[in-house]
Amino acid sequence: MAGLKRRHVLDLDDFSPAEITQVLDAAREMKEVLARPIKRVPALRGKTVVNMFYEASTRTRVSFELAAKNLSADVVNVTASGSSVEKGESIVDTMKTFEALGADTVVIRHAQSGVPYLAAAHTSSSVINAGDGWHAHPTQALLDLFTIREHIGHLDGLSVVIVGDVLHSRVARSDIWGLVKMGARVTLCAPHSLLPDVGDGCGDGPICTCGTHLPRVRVEPDADRAVEGADVVMALRMQKERQSGGLLPSLREYVRRYQITQARVARAKPGALVMHPGPMNEGIEIAPDVAHGAQSVIEQQVTNGVAVRMALLYLLHGEGDGAL
Amino acid sequence: MPSSSWLIVNGRIVDPGRRVDLVGDLLLCDGRVTGIVGRDCPPPEGDVERLEATGLVVAPGFVDLHCHLREPGAEHKETIRTGTLAAARGGFTTVCAMANTDPPIDSRGQVEYVQAIAASEGVVRVLPVGAVSKGLEGQELAEMGELADAGVVAFSDDGVPIRSSRVMRHALEYSRAFGLPIMPHCDDPELMAGGAMNEGPVAAVLGLRGIPAAGEEAIVARDVALAELTGGRLHVCHVSTSGAIDVIRRAKQRGVAVTAEATPHHLTLTDGWVAGVRWEGRGYPYDTNTKVNPPLRSERDRESLVAALLDGTIDAIATDHAPHASVDKLCAFDEAAFGISGLETALGAVVRLVDAGEIDLTLAIEKLTAGPCRAFGLPYGTLAPGAPADVVVFDPTHRWRVEPATFASLGKNTPYAGQELVGRVVATFYGGVPVYRDAAVARATPR
Repeated sequence: MAGLKRRHVLDLDDFSPAEITQVLDAAREMKEVLARPIKRVPALRGKTVVNMFYEASTRTRVSFELAAKNLSADVVNVTASGSSVEKGESIVDTMKTFEALGADTVVIRHAQSGVPYLAAAHTSSSVINAGDGWHAHPTQALLDLFTIREHIGHLDGLSVVIVGDVLHSRVARSDIWGLVKMGARVTLCAPHSLLPDVGDGCGDGPICTCGTHLPRVRVEPDADRAVEGADVVMALRMQKERQSGGLLPSLREYVRRYQITQARVARAKPGALVMHPGPMNEGIEIAPDVAHGAQSVIEQQVTNGVAVRMALLYLLHGEGDGAL
Repeated sequence: MPSSSWLIVNGRIVDPGRRVDLVGDLLLCDGRVTGIVGRDCPPPEGDVERLEATGLVVAPGFVDLHCHLREPGAEHKETIRTGTLAAARGGFTTVCAMANTDPPIDSRGQVEYVQAIAASEGVVRVLPVGAVSKGLEGQELAEMGELADAGVVAFSDDGVPIRSSRVMRHALEYSRAFGLPIMPHCDDPELMAGGAMNEGPVAAVLGLRGIPAAGEEAIVARDVALAELTGGRLHVCHVSTSGAIDVIRRAKQRGVAVTAEATPHHLTLTDGWVAGVRWEGRGYPYDTNTKVNPPLRSERDRESLVAALLDGTIDAIATDHAPHASVDKLCAFDEAAFGISGLETALGAVVRLVDAGEIDLTLAIEKLTAGPCRAFGLPYGTLAPGAPADVVVFDPTHRWRVEPATFASLGKNTPYAGQELVGRVVATFYGGVPVYRDAAVARATPR
């Protein structure tokens, strides 16, 4: 396997479709590794991966940790509390410290958009964005793409509907980039108070590199209409504080108008996939019977997360000689 | 001691306030403009220092209605000494220093402190701006009469919007007695709360909370209405949106006493710069040097600002020079301080607009000299015989790359870093004394 020709994974906006395919193909091999009785391969022996989580996380942090360990890397987990961050150490200083301590890769999660870019600009280590503010969560998007491709066989031409709080969602933003790049059509569905200004693009087609607008998507604030004929229906977590922030009149109204229910799923294509990046508020953005129903691939998303992160770490550092 | 007489030889003398634009020699004696040789005065007799200005522009020293010199209270960001050195390097000979220092300039003692430091350490003229409200708290009016007596040239709580319509109303009413403008930072605090950049498609890409243009436009409309109600003098700081321009343009047509300024960065840059757009090459996204308040807006807003310069809706180009320490900028975008260190790039950015054919050079100079002086009733910004010998000599074709490390300002925070600007100051005279000379050019000038 040839490695990725990049040092950092900050978002999918600068990934080519070929690169995304390369990661998804590698993840398929990693998934085979995960199916073995002994899940560990020596590919990253001697490499150090630091998980720097400034914000709480369960699945992403554990997933990165397992991914690195499965590849035999040394893994260090750092959280903001209990580290020098509490003493006011700056992100730049923290990165310099990790670099001096020999970190090959720093996986970074931060509540503020753009922090991985700041980190990447001040270190020679690889930086992988594990979620920054409202901005990006590229490994989640890759595992979403992987899960869809695994079930449907391709991404090109699919209709994917993302329902919920897109405005505050880093998952949605990265999914939009990844899906559109791979030829899917994306519909965003939410009240306009929870949608970002997607603009009109700049006329350079659905994908361009100017970096000043999102790829072209459809916006449909009516959930029943939005899901019609969809191949994939993805619900986003609804934070309860959106109501107190005045963006929603009530959770009750949100549930009635936007919850992914069996009735709504029935309007999508037969056998359409139901997805959720987690953690779920069952009964709010998604009905429990749908979340655990036959069309749900939500648990597989979590499992696939380990394979995708193994693939990324391997492609960034495996140097092509590590046997699987 | 510096010579008391200077002859600036064979420059293109541009004095927009007097509609002068000719090639000639300008004579400065004893701190005053004697005049243009052969037009206002005979050739000098006896000893004069000469500055060769062939191919250069000779203009009144620039007047900045809006800068933050940070002293007292934040001398690690800028001092009156370094701020005025930066001004001189930028061709400015008069700067209005904002009141949001610590403590703020809300009493006679604070005004006198700034004046005293400026007199002993400043290299150009510093005109203090007084606070509108005590402690910049937006509750009770500062003692504006006493501030006026002490010599402030305007009142502003800049840095924070005046939330209360009632306070703004009374400020406009009360200041009428002194004939001094109120210069508000127009934004709706509720709409901008937590915002870090212009609201729009770029903020959507970057996942940053937006500051909508509507917040600025709503408060500009409110303040224009209050100026109309009260007959007070309103000067709108750093206009950044197309809608705010429309409000000001219509108010001027109705005869409301309103003037307005725009910054070089809002006239030349857009919110795309936050995402890494640059004229040359590519910056990295979330560069906190692009974080400024009001934020860099859309290209449509930028074009409206240029049109407003052309039709006179904008009276002055003002820098909103806002120097910061590196620690204030080397952090997450959301946490970074707002502001751009602007004194040393203002001319280069504005002449870049000239170079691009968007405005002409005379208009650019007018908006840096006669325009601001008319807005505030200041007796500067002119080369009329007898005026203070505040003069800038600059090369309008010189292309240079911005290196913040070379700034005189302590604030190295500029989005222009590494970019090419056009037009560079060769010499700045303040009161007939050269307070800045470009080293490279000075070496080449025979003495």
